[in-house]
Amino acid sequence: MAAESAAPTANEYISHHLINYSVKIGEGPFWTLHLDTLVMSGLIGLIVFGIMAYAARRATAGVPGKLQAFVEIVIGMVDQQVRDTMHAKSELVTPLAITVFFWIFCMNAVDLIPVDFIPGLVEHAFGWAGVHHWKAVPTTDPNATFAMSLTVFALIIFFNVKFKGPGGLLHEIFTAPFQHDNLVAQILLAPVNVVLRFVEELAKPVSLALRLFGNMFAGEVLFILMVLLAGTWSWDMAGASTVDEAAVSMVSMLGHVLLSLGWAIFHILIITLQAFIFMMLTIVYMSLASESH
Amino acid sequence: MELASFFGMTQIAAGLLIGMGALGTAIGFGILGGRFLEGSARQPEMIPTLQVKMFIVAGLLDAFTAIATAIAVLLLYANPLVAQLKGG
Repeated sequence: MAAESAAPTANEYISHHLINYSVKIGEGPFWTLHLDTLVMSGLIGLIVFGIMAYAARRATAGVPGKLQAFVEIVIGMVDQQVRDTMHAKSELVTPLAITVFFWIFCMNAVDLIPVDFIPGLVEHAFGWAGVHHWKAVPTTDPNATFAMSLTVFALIIFFNVKFKGPGGLLHEIFTAPFQHDNLVAQILLAPVNVVLRFVEELAKPVSLALRLFGNMFAGEVLFILMVLLAGTWSWDMAGASTVDEAAVSMVSMLGHVLLSLGWAIFHILIITLQAFIFMMLTIVYMSLASESH
Repeated sequence: MELASFFGMTQIAAGLLIGMGALGTAIGFGILGGRFLEGSARQPEMIPTLQVKMFIVAGLLDAFTAIATAIAVLLLYANPLVAQLKGG
């Protein structure tokens, strides 16, 4: 944005902040990578899990340090949720839940940094390489949320097959909600069961991904709109031709600060809640997939 | 002229999306919160458990409202149909 000669209009500013930095590695829209999503989510994952791994490596059985105590609290909370919900035995679910919760929470938390900060830094540092757009929050990209929820979906299928066996799984698909003793009724109800099962299984990853994406995208756009409120303000008020103009721009700046503060405080709750919901639903879906009668 | 009417319809659609989503969520949260208060008044020792479950259900209630809001914002600022209209 520093490279533009004139100040952007409102729509240009908003559109500028909603475009991902994409890189084409092949033909068509499928082979366009959103490099900003990949880099930000990778960096955040490395930092967060690097810190946790470092704490785990230095863990002592004696009096724990602050970092170790913090990591223990988080892992303890997640483990408690898993043990309350899951009845089957699996060593995969707790690490999966920890990963999902912590990673999504930290990716969402980047949204609390002011809107222009990270894109401005990246443009400053890499503008010569052609990087003019950069979205700082990976979870506002539906690609990132769908990647996570499709992975969870693959794990659900894997758990279904592993705990129920292929035969048991097929039996459950054909007889799931509607059962009857009569063979003719069973054959008639089987397609209904399959359709219902299909819809239910498909709704899981779609709703997981879109829930997280919708909350984060709407929150980010609200932040951008509030920044626009301060658009008429500048450090140098000598350019204002009338007292009214200066007063209006100062009031709008004050309004921006108050609104942004209020929304950011509410957004802290939303961030935590969405990460927690994703984790809880992952655990619940895993437990549903692994209960064998 | 077609473009202006298209934008007008889009604004109305976005308003309906956000408004009706907010209506549903508000009613849902009201019922949820009311039941939580009733339950915690009957059994104060269950408050921590009920609170966790309440937040889980709150997140689920929020889901489709958030999706609707995201679609409304998409229609307003990054409308995928505008290109088609302008192109001819």
